[in-house]
Amino acid sequence: MRRLTWRPAELVAAAAETASARTLRFRVPGWPGHLAGQHVDVRLTAEDGYTAQRSYSMAAPADGDLVELTVETVTDGEVSPYLVEELRVGDQVELRGPVGGWFVWRPESTAPVLLVGGGSGIVPLMSMIRARRQAGSRAPFRLLYSLRDPDRRYYADELRRPDPGLDVTYLYTRSAPEHVSRPARRIMLDDLAEGGWPASFEPDCYVCGPTGFVEAAADLLLALGHAPERIRTERFGPTGG
Amino acid sequence: MSIISRGFRGKRRDDSGRVPPGQYLVDDFPVLSAGPTPRVPLDRWEFAIDTEAEQTHRWSWEEFMALPAETPTVDIHCVTKWSKLDTTWEGVSLDVLFEDVETAAEYALVHSYGGYTTNLPLEDLLDGKAWIVHRFDGEELAPQHGGPARLIVPHLYFWKSAKWVRGIRLLNEDWPGFWETAGYHNYGDPWREQRYEGD
Amino acid sequence: MTEHLDGNALAGPLSEIFAVDVTSATGRCVSCGLAGPVASLRVYGPDPGLVARCPGCEEVVLRLVRGPGTAWLDLRGTVSLRVNLPE
Repeated sequence: MRRLTWRPAELVAAAAETASARTLRFRVPGWPGHLAGQHVDVRLTAEDGYTAQRSYSMAAPADGDLVELTVETVTDGEVSPYLVEELRVGDQVELRGPVGGWFVWRPESTAPVLLVGGGSGIVPLMSMIRARRQAGSRAPFRLLYSLRDPDRRYYADELRRPDPGLDVTYLYTRSAPEHVSRPARRIMLDDLAEGGWPASFEPDCYVCGPTGFVEAAADLLLALGHAPERIRTERFGPTGG
Repeated sequence: MSIISRGFRGKRRDDSGRVPPGQYLVDDFPVLSAGPTPRVPLDRWEFAIDTEAEQTHRWSWEEFMALPAETPTVDIHCVTKWSKLDTTWEGVSLDVLFEDVETAAEYALVHSYGGYTTNLPLEDLLDGKAWIVHRFDGEELAPQHGGPARLIVPHLYFWKSAKWVRGIRLLNEDWPGFWETAGYHNYGDPWREQRYEGD
Repeated sequence: MTEHLDGNALAGPLSEIFAVDVTSATGRCVSCGLAGPVASLRVYGPDPGLVARCPGCEEVVLRLVRGPGTAWLDLRGTVSLRVNLPE
């Protein structure tokens, strides 16, 4: 292993996930591969040399020299509006990574997995779901996906398709579709008790989202008896944009 | 050599001469923090100046509020490259607070609730160059901006303008503060772009 | 409601300095002795610098400032780092 350096990355495909989020696929010559859950630093340089950088989770497991991100645009942000609205296929940015060795899922693991995502916190969890499918893993997965309303769903079609061993539960916080009996509200103990795994199964829990969501969900998991060392968290802070 | 991203411009930079080199203008008021925001009840708040001869001058919130106030309008410059023009504050000039302080010290170490520290030469606090303020833009100073009271020293990078200020210790020898011991410049003059150690 | 990140946010910046992933190393806090993965620290920043605090006592465990061509790393708040290495 060696220290990481910035690599040129060319946008080769892009698609809207929602009205404010876009999935970007980059080709990065020499990319060393990565684990599900890892992130990458993105650097933009203006013509006058001004630079800005942000960190984003990768949305898909390693696939040759391709790196896939899903970016939510932050109002008044500097980097995300450019990536979501400006960047065109053929344009270049710089990437550094992969980084992070803690919030990762490895395909050789057979333990049950509970994924708890809030908003764009679904992104690294989706990478784990895709890595599980890619590896033909039989580790049972459950996903609890908390989001404001149905229009905010990322990866809606893919998560609708049957994927044996993966259960998906949506937890709407503002407005739920009519057929959903759970009222729109923040994540609660019952949600994790019903949609998650009993603590006695000793699942590996991955919680990702805004700071407040992560604190709340991690506290609920502890209250349900999950061991602290089995709860891994990743917060999206206020520093984005 | 880095790759240029087509059409990326980033935050607006200003070349009117009103802001120091390398800075860009903001209209909002960014909040940077190195730790949790301290909450200081006013009945437990105090401000103290400790001299090198171990004399302490102390003000309660009531005593502080009874001092003559000024309403400086100043430009502020953060080392992270944002500048904000014509910010309006209300507070007490350090000249007032130092009126009865006897000292031969050359250095000041400013310390805050929450443990933050920053150092500067004492002369940079005097002669109308610095204030302890409790109002910003006509409102009470919000906790995330340093309320109940913060230092402002607008002629230096804004990390010297300690939030949640609690006191000033006068010293015969310079004592680098929180950011000054982690790579930032000891003095921090924005017009000379003294951002990092060695600049 | 204090806004902070967690130690995962240190992974990229520390990868410029170390050849291993430090966020999965176990660190011990000088102030209270709590040990845990660097990834579980409370991280403030990234500007003016990354400040990682102990989730137990909130004291500073690690600071990292990145300037042009130089990084400053302060580990005064860390007793030790236990790093897992491949054999």
